[in-house]
Amino acid sequence: MSSSELAIQAKNVAKSYRIIHEEKATTLGESLVQKVRRGKTRSVAETFWALKDINLEIKKGEVVGIIGRNGAGKSTLLKLLSRITAPTTGEITIRGRVGSLLEVGTGFHPELTGRENVYLNGAILGMSRKEIDDRFDAIVDFSGVEQFLDTPVKRYSSGMYIRLAFAVAAHLEPEIMIVDEVLAVGDAEFQKKCLQKMQDVATSGRTVLFVSHNMASIATLCKRVILLDKGTIRAYGPTEEIIDQYSSMVESEAIDLSDYKRRVGTGDVRFSEASPVKPVFDVGEDKVFRLRIDRHRPNTGEFKIMIGVHSDWGGCTVCWIESSFDQLLFDTSSSMTVDVSLRNLWLKPGKYSMLAFAKFGDDLMDAANPACRFEVNDLFPYKQPAVDTTELYGLVVCPFEFKVVESA
Amino acid sequence: METKDELITVIRPITRWEVLNVKQILAFRDLLLALGIRDIKLRYRQTLLGIAWVVLQPLITSVIFGFVFGEIAKLKAPNGLPYFLFSYAGMLGWNVFAGTITKSAGSLVQNSALVSKVYFPKTIVPLSSMFSTFVDFGVALAMFFILLPIFGVGITLPILLTPIWVLLLLMAALGLGLYCSALMVTYRDVQYILPVAVTFLLYASPVPYALDMVPEKLQWIIAANPLTGVLEGMRWSLLGTSAPNPLALTYSVVMILCTFVLGALLFGRAERRFADVI
Repeated sequence: MSSSELAIQAKNVAKSYRIIHEEKATTLGESLVQKVRRGKTRSVAETFWALKDINLEIKKGEVVGIIGRNGAGKSTLLKLLSRITAPTTGEITIRGRVGSLLEVGTGFHPELTGRENVYLNGAILGMSRKEIDDRFDAIVDFSGVEQFLDTPVKRYSSGMYIRLAFAVAAHLEPEIMIVDEVLAVGDAEFQKKCLQKMQDVATSGRTVLFVSHNMASIATLCKRVILLDKGTIRAYGPTEEIIDQYSSMVESEAIDLSDYKRRVGTGDVRFSEASPVKPVFDVGEDKVFRLRIDRHRPNTGEFKIMIGVHSDWGGCTVCWIESSFDQLLFDTSSSMTVDVSLRNLWLKPGKYSMLAFAKFGDDLMDAANPACRFEVNDLFPYKQPAVDTTELYGLVVCPFEFKVVESA
Repeated sequence: METKDELITVIRPITRWEVLNVKQILAFRDLLLALGIRDIKLRYRQTLLGIAWVVLQPLITSVIFGFVFGEIAKLKAPNGLPYFLFSYAGMLGWNVFAGTITKSAGSLVQNSALVSKVYFPKTIVPLSSMFSTFVDFGVALAMFFILLPIFGVGITLPILLTPIWVLLLLMAALGLGLYCSALMVTYRDVQYILPVAVTFLLYASPVPYALDMVPEKLQWIIAANPLTGVLEGMRWSLLGTSAPNPLALTYSVVMILCTFVLGALLFGRAERRFADVI
């Protein structure tokens, strides 16, 4: 294949970040103090490779999906390709004009009117004034907010805001389009419209790179898929094949509970299977797990099940939930399958372990620690879904409302 | 698919030193303009007096200077000029510098969403702050031409050099502003130091006074300030006060050019790290 047929060619690309644990200098003073005390500080500088050994060839006109778990390097790869950040090593050659859409509505200003924001956002996304002039009517038409064009966007409903922002982005017409997970915004109808627009782009002969957690839209839009895992390309091939591989990869992280001999507890009952009903949950949805409990020895009493959730970075996240809180006990007369739903639990995006204990009175019968693993995707259920969650402290998120009750 | 003018971009690790990439900046001139216009539009939105603030700000400062230095300290402006007009002319030049450096230094951090989510030459952000300076200066200059006949002062030929002084002040401010904005990405301290430094520099510059009003043995301190020559030149153009010393002027120009190049160079060096740090 001659290189002129390639839209994107990456050779040995890697990107590292320096993470300094403790005593990180964020003010000049701290930095000076550290310089003086150099040698005495305990700060540990660690190099974190967000991407390693990336070799990639994408042909012109191909629509390629990028999938992988949180932290696999998807966003970093997009940032490198859009030249927002520079690679640490390697070289990327890009043939054609690149338009990247890593966030909807970047640079939108609440005080400016809809019309002003269309021009500003268009310029930010790389359109010339003339291009925006030419497409202005189409943009307004797509957004459906024409009556409010001369109203400051701070007075828009969030739906209108998102629709206008996406409309600008949708009319970007570069040769190579790089799109982060931005389709999961707005109401169902608008999402459908966006997906249709993406489909048009995909069939128009342009090269598209598209990150998504939504396997359905990946399957609809993309011919080939890149599977990223821990910063490397684990697979690159036809969509169906790679999606299957991803699913089995996520499942293979499940823990084998059938080997209970090394677990503590009296062993009257044992957990033999535990799994989330889906490997990746949305932030706000109910977290449902299916537990299989096998009876090993007859026991006359009733036992309770305890469930805990630990996050990979923050430890215990949900305080232990005991079925007995709800006066619910299970009898040991037979084996059973139990579904546990954790409701109204808005977990921060990331990876988690679910822990399951079975207790008879104060006697521990079985402890599956962890019982299974699950993941919460990094799509915030807010109007601005793309937030760099690694920057956020805390363990949970929640629905919120801001209301000015008084202003003087 | 093959087109002759196909754009080929090669992305590599950061190695080179680069002063302002003019070609890149020109390619993004629409964005430069859009950001500049945004800042101008936003500045006085939801204010009662709106654009009047552009005139009021230098007027109020000059009234205060007139009271403190003219009335209390009894400073006499040279050539029998009214002290108020004398300090207003000084403020005209000073505000080009101070307004630009203040706005450009904070610009990257204020626009962090743009820096971390979109590609464009980041120089655009601090550079765009000069548009509001132009507006401020234009309005304040128009006010100056209204004030002149009121005080019965005429214009002289050196007024034609005004654009050159403005350009030099702008370059000094942008050079420092580029550096400060890049520094502020990592160290937010800059936002606290800068206003203090700018106020200090105001009193170390011939704005409320002229260089020859300074006691002779202290003059070297004020003369060491690279802005002195330019600010004196500006007032010479506007009011016909004594012309700046050619040697001092050369010193000013060389220092300002160096500041500008160094600022741009350091900015270019830091630029591609911004998205990782901000």
